[in-house]
Amino acid sequence: MRKFFLALVAAALGSLALAQSGKLEIFSWWAGDEGPALQALIDLYKKRYPNVEVINATVTGGSGVNARAVLKTRMLGGDPPDSFQVHAGQELIGTWVLADRMEDLTPLFNQEGWMNRFPKGLIDLLSYKGKIYSVPVNIHRSNVMWYNPAKLREWGVQPPKTWAEFLTTCQTLKGKGLEAPLALGENWTQQHLWESVALGVLGANDYTNLWNGKLRFNDPKVVAVWNTFGRVLDCANKDASGLSWQQAVDRVLEGQAAFNIMGDWAAGYMATTKQLKPGEGFGWAPAPGTAGVFMMLSDSFGLPKGVKNRANVLNWLRLVGSKEGQDAFNPLKGSIAARTDSDPSKYNAYLQSAMRDWKSNRIVGSLVHGAVAPESFMSQFGTVMEIYLSGRNAQAASNAAQAIATQVRLGQ
Amino acid sequence: MNWLKNKDTLYGFLVILPSLVLLGIFVYGFIFQTFFTSLTDWGRDPAQALSANPQIRFIGFENYRELFTGFVDARFRQDLVNTFFFTVFFIMGCLGVGLGLAIVLDRSPKGEGFFRTIFLFPMSLSFIVTGTIWRWMLQPQGGVNQLPTLVGLPKGEFAWLTSRQQVWQVSWNDLPFITALVVSVVLVFIAIAAFRGGEQRRGFIASGSAALILLWAFTLGRTLQPLPYDEPHGFNLAFIGIILAAVWQMSGYTMALYLAGLRGIPEELREAARVDGASEWQLYQRIIFPLLAPITLSAMIILGHISLKIFDLIFAMAGADNAPTDVPALLMYLTTFRANQIAKGAAIGMILLLLVAAVIVPYLYSQLKSEVRR
Repeated sequence: MRKFFLALVAAALGSLALAQSGKLEIFSWWAGDEGPALQALIDLYKKRYPNVEVINATVTGGSGVNARAVLKTRMLGGDPPDSFQVHAGQELIGTWVLADRMEDLTPLFNQEGWMNRFPKGLIDLLSYKGKIYSVPVNIHRSNVMWYNPAKLREWGVQPPKTWAEFLTTCQTLKGKGLEAPLALGENWTQQHLWESVALGVLGANDYTNLWNGKLRFNDPKVVAVWNTFGRVLDCANKDASGLSWQQAVDRVLEGQAAFNIMGDWAAGYMATTKQLKPGEGFGWAPAPGTAGVFMMLSDSFGLPKGVKNRANVLNWLRLVGSKEGQDAFNPLKGSIAARTDSDPSKYNAYLQSAMRDWKSNRIVGSLVHGAVAPESFMSQFGTVMEIYLSGRNAQAASNAAQAIATQVRLGQ
Repeated sequence: MNWLKNKDTLYGFLVILPSLVLLGIFVYGFIFQTFFTSLTDWGRDPAQALSANPQIRFIGFENYRELFTGFVDARFRQDLVNTFFFTVFFIMGCLGVGLGLAIVLDRSPKGEGFFRTIFLFPMSLSFIVTGTIWRWMLQPQGGVNQLPTLVGLPKGEFAWLTSRQQVWQVSWNDLPFITALVVSVVLVFIAIAAFRGGEQRRGFIASGSAALILLWAFTLGRTLQPLPYDEPHGFNLAFIGIILAAVWQMSGYTMALYLAGLRGIPEELREAARVDGASEWQLYQRIIFPLLAPITLSAMIILGHISLKIFDLIFAMAGADNAPTDVPALLMYLTTFRANQIAKGAAIGMILLLLVAAVIVPYLYSQLKSEVRR
């Protein structure tokens, strides 16, 4: 009997010690430029819980192209990381929540009082059947048009407000000898352009309906999106597929092109790498036809079922969602906090303007960056783009998109 | 149990047993598992795709049917066509360049050893390294496109890896007919060779099957349409860059093979031919090339299976998403690990396996048969 008690006490002591120590494995694709931001978060965590050994497991590759494959083999092999980075929204829900691999975090949100701290539009995108499954750490905006203010003054044009206006401006600029007024990069940046065109042509309501199945892809409205997209592509450079997104941004800065549609990580590139002053060295406006709408994408962390260090993960998630954590991470990452109460003085001029829009604008999610469509749709959207680019047939592309949407049960 | 009494046989069996078991599990076991997976609907229902205990239903050859005739799988069909053209040009390039280099080196020029090492060197690089180097050289703005400026010409404009131009387009619906024509032409050649060699029976079988296939092609073959509409597929010019890099890497290897073959031809044979008054060209045409035929066959098999499986070179040169340079192996990776369509990815894998087997198995068969004859 005594032995039994001793064992019990030992076990109790052991579990107490475990609560504050042990390990925490963070799986992400934040290496290279984004590494310091993640490190700031990890340092903060270590300060709070000095006995926990944090394992920083990163797999390089932009947008997680390689990390996601590694994550899937680990999850299928029964070795889930304690917490992993994932694009908030359908990329998490369509792959992992539907597969019943994630824990419901709604209690954590209630406990921490986060329901009022994050905008409702964001909570809606994160939720599946009324439950929340991940904690967003940052917000990027997808529908931004970048330009070089000095060059626009020289050409005497204003940033266009609608896509129709954009096409007129494009003709004006072509008349002034600018071969390709729109700078475009490799494959995914073309899809990135598509989602801004779609939002601009359809408007926020129909754009949202596209993803919940209320508007079909072969609807004439969506065929019109493809037609506009084709005309916008005619304004772009012919060597697009060979350029990275940075090289496309460079063309705008050098005056070889007037506009570029890219997410606001471009602001980080221009402000940090190129040392340009926001508003002077580079200017920005919402993508044509999308003023008042914030097309967002977000990185988030969740809690997989069956992890070894659950208590440590919950502490990590508390930190990730806290004001302190988000304000340490985001200025370094070049994004804004998902919370609406963060401290503007820590951010540069572009990010401050994005923060104002984040609080006041209507929020919709990005397709290419995983917010509104599951991976099964998103990765096959490349095939749709291929069908369009090879024949420039808007109807064929719309039909293919609808066929894939049906096949992957989009919006059901 | 007589063989057990022979101790050597027993020891021999015990020694190879571990590798037999490992091969059985890790090669053939997984081939069967992949085949079984390809017959299921794993990945169609997003709720089951990555769940801990996925519920998988058997759906027969539905995935294969979709790949060849489905509306949204046009990319797979283009990839098959890409692989076909890549394989043909890659093998032709390697054999041509390799043979040329070998003939030059066979004449023992000055610094032969030095050049041999230089030509063979690219083979020792990994495809990833080759791909990265060539990716830089084939950038539209620089590298190879700048070469003409050295001699005062305007710089090249060709978009090496991203060109969307396509030549030699054929509708997917015409493929059954064309395949039948090609097969019957091959059979006719086999028949002619058999009749010449005096193998009457073989000749009749070959010509008979050729006639049957032709009959089918002109009657039912034209009505067999996999797709309800015309879907053109052709040779993507973007592949020229990939072929260039792949030939650069592997032609040194074919050179080594040919050089070994050339050195194996006894000097007496050449001298005898020369004494008989053969010109240099006749010497190669009548004596040397026929003797090199077995080496050509081995080289074709090795290069053929490399080109069918090619993945890393294209991944490094153009990325996985660059559709003009897509091949089935890349599509398999994207389908499985990005789109979560695990069963369909497995089906692509099985088709690749079949293609490689179609190249390898006849070769192994003929090798084994000739060994037995010996």
